[in-house]
Amino acid sequence: MKKMLLIMLVALVGISAYAQEKKNKNAKHEIEVYGNCDMCKKRIEKAAYGVSGVKSAIWHQEHKDLHLILDENKCTVDDVKQAVAKAGHDTKDVKAKDEDYAKLHSCCQYTRE
Amino acid sequence: MRILFLLFLFLAGLYVQAQETLSGQVLDEQKQPLPGAGLSWLGTTISTATDVEGNFTLPYSGEYKKLVVSFIGYTTDTLTVASPEKIIHVMRPSSSNQLKEVVVDKTRKSLERSYVKTANVSTMSNKELLKAACCNIAESFETNPSIDVNFSDALTGSRQIKMLGLTSPYLLIAEENIPSVRGASQAYGLSFVPGTWVESIQITKGAGPVINGYESISGQINYELLKPVNDIPFFLNVYGSTDSRFEANAHVNRKFSDKWSSTLFLHTNARIAKNDMNDDGFLDNPLGQQINVLNRWQYTDAEKGLVSFLNVRYMRDEKQTGELDFNPDTDKFTTNNWGSEINTDKFDASAKLGYVWPDMPFQSIGLQTAYNWHRQESYFGFNQYNIDQKSIYSNLIFSSIINNTLNKFSTGLNFSYDNYDEFVNAPENGVMLPRDYSRTDNSAGAFFEYTYDNTDNFSIVAGARFDVHNRLGAFFTPRLHLRYNPWNKAVLRASAGRGKRAANIFAENQSLFGSSRSLNIAGSGGKLYGLDPEIAWNYGVSFMQGFSLFNKNAEFIVDFYRTDFQNQVVVDLFASPQQANFFNLNGDSYANSLQVELNYEITRHFTIRTAYKYYDIKTQYSTGMEERPLQAKHRFFSNIAYETHVKEGGRQWKFDFTYNWMGRQRLPYTGSNPEQYQLGEYSPSFSLMNAQVTRTFSGVFEMYAGVENLGNYKQDKAILGNDDPFGPYFDSSIIYAPVFGQMYYAGLRFKIK
Repeated sequence: MKKMLLIMLVALVGISAYAQEKKNKNAKHEIEVYGNCDMCKKRIEKAAYGVSGVKSAIWHQEHKDLHLILDENKCTVDDVKQAVAKAGHDTKDVKAKDEDYAKLHSCCQYTRE
Repeated sequence: MRILFLLFLFLAGLYVQAQETLSGQVLDEQKQPLPGAGLSWLGTTISTATDVEGNFTLPYSGEYKKLVVSFIGYTTDTLTVASPEKIIHVMRPSSSNQLKEVVVDKTRKSLERSYVKTANVSTMSNKELLKAACCNIAESFETNPSIDVNFSDALTGSRQIKMLGLTSPYLLIAEENIPSVRGASQAYGLSFVPGTWVESIQITKGAGPVINGYESISGQINYELLKPVNDIPFFLNVYGSTDSRFEANAHVNRKFSDKWSSTLFLHTNARIAKNDMNDDGFLDNPLGQQINVLNRWQYTDAEKGLVSFLNVRYMRDEKQTGELDFNPDTDKFTTNNWGSEINTDKFDASAKLGYVWPDMPFQSIGLQTAYNWHRQESYFGFNQYNIDQKSIYSNLIFSSIINNTLNKFSTGLNFSYDNYDEFVNAPENGVMLPRDYSRTDNSAGAFFEYTYDNTDNFSIVAGARFDVHNRLGAFFTPRLHLRYNPWNKAVLRASAGRGKRAANIFAENQSLFGSSRSLNIAGSGGKLYGLDPEIAWNYGVSFMQGFSLFNKNAEFIVDFYRTDFQNQVVVDLFASPQQANFFNLNGDSYANSLQVELNYEITRHFTIRTAYKYYDIKTQYSTGMEERPLQAKHRFFSNIAYETHVKEGGRQWKFDFTYNWMGRQRLPYTGSNPEQYQLGEYSPSFSLMNAQVTRTFSGVFEMYAGVENLGNYKQDKAILGNDDPFGPYFDSSIIYAPVFGQMYYAGLRFKIK
């Protein structure tokens, strides 16, 4: 019985098991993404999820922080920054094109640095 | 790690609990608790949000100095924290005009419907539970428009709840997701859970998820008990009412370490004097007493991602009812006086364990196991009903994601075992017949549920389970829920699903024992009392629109559900007033339910809820397609709540008023009885009013008083044949209105925080 349980659980756990390579399949990152409101939150998270390899993306309005969990085998934090910028949101390293920023809803047009 | 695998696991919210914790409360500018405010340590990912009462707990360590407190519409504050002492923080509204509109949304309602959940779920907080006069959760739904509370019979004073016009056996009632009120406990089970033990209740209308089982047909009710880790050290509640019912609740909580905490819940109630307000010679509500003890342990280790709960409970409940002069010692099983005693013992033990992968907060595994013993010994005049049920339930759930958190799934296995010793001594075809219906049921099943949520305006939950049951056979249970937000503050939902269940015909229809009816089963060779299991499909759509009216929040909700029975155990009370006939459905049976609800916040802390409900419930009885008896076709509900602003030291007044109007109800057939024992085809329509005032003197002490059935409405002829209870016309089961008139009550609550 114990063995059976163990086998079953190991199978389930397999999904989470770390790969042989050193790259982290569940790397946690926090990046600052500029934005204002709930609409921004949806747009930023949607852009982040558009990057293959992003497992979890939650943007916190109060801190302008995007909390990411991503598979480093499939993408990098920079890919996410590029995707977010394409949606019109700046990060410290990657700025959105002016025309993408201009496309944002008026309430989403955060103050640019 | 191996130990982890062998432990049984339960998935719960991820409580981040480190070596030390910082706790406190966040208040708004009116000193009202602010739920949902965000708290985090500056420069870390450690964050939490306040609960309904504005309380929070955060891990603390010496290196954390700056605490950021934020809420939409309020100025974000950064507090310097030198030591983990309890913090009470008052927030100031932000001056920005843009955010002022958001401020209106902020007070979390005590009854809340979600705009983002896929299923049609409303959540009642314990604040809402306090609005009920008393004291157990069967009585706590009076202020909730989705659930109708009816009296089940003229003897036991117990309430019966209905959703979508169907009685509680068609609901899955679970305690922290473990099915709790089922089988033998169907009639009185909810009255064995004291309201003060409950943290919140989630009510799902329609099919509901597959994770907890296949039995739910019209909906699911899940209640969460207070969690030891968040509980206050001491709570005391005493209650008394003019129907001579007295209740006392005491909770004692202790945190033994940063990981272990425990609460001991004690409840006792008694009704000590005989009441006969309607002068029919019978007690309006039973004499009785109950003792109910629960000890709950919680283990939390956030660093390792572990949460566990252990519960042990014992309950004994005794009721005596019948004629005023009935004395059990001399009159039991005689024709001296008609009387009844119902004694129940209950023992439960449950354990849950949950593990959340620390580096993958979206992945968890949990195991729930429960053992339950329920024994009822009872007699009603010469009728006798004894049932002893022993159950084992376990559920293993693994939840994770596919690619990303937009695609989630839960899958698992469950197993249940029920052993029933059931003895019935009641007339069949006019002759007293002792019958033994003892049986053993067991089932094993597997489920898979997939959730897609685009985090914006669309989500879908598609689930299915496959079960093998020794009496129900092998069967699939599919369930589907959809949610779409077409525009701002609007939610469109749809659901469909199948349910299948074993009807425990005597336990669910115990009120019939309080009559002279012959209980006849027209079996068809099925495996449950000779009958086949019940199968139904439930379909529903709902639409909710939030809007602003004169700058105040309003909410409009309309929902429609249809339950279609493919098979049902029909309880036919139309053939003869001296018979109750049980048989499998031969023809159609359906329940349509329409609810239109309008809720409005007249001013701050002053809210009104109104609902109109229409039920069209028909079944093929022996006499043809008939309306389901004791069910109003039209109902109107209104609840008005007002609270004053919290003054210095927490002083506050709260007022609550509930109005219920019930249209005429179809009554079981009594036309062949002599005229004085007839009730007519329909009951009259009537209205009921309840009112309550609560005075909070401080955070420590509050008192409340109220009145139920303010209009003093009483059912005429509550007990048919009360002048001849051993004659052929006696029937205490036809109850459409209160038996007891106006009832006043008062109580107090004392808290040490």
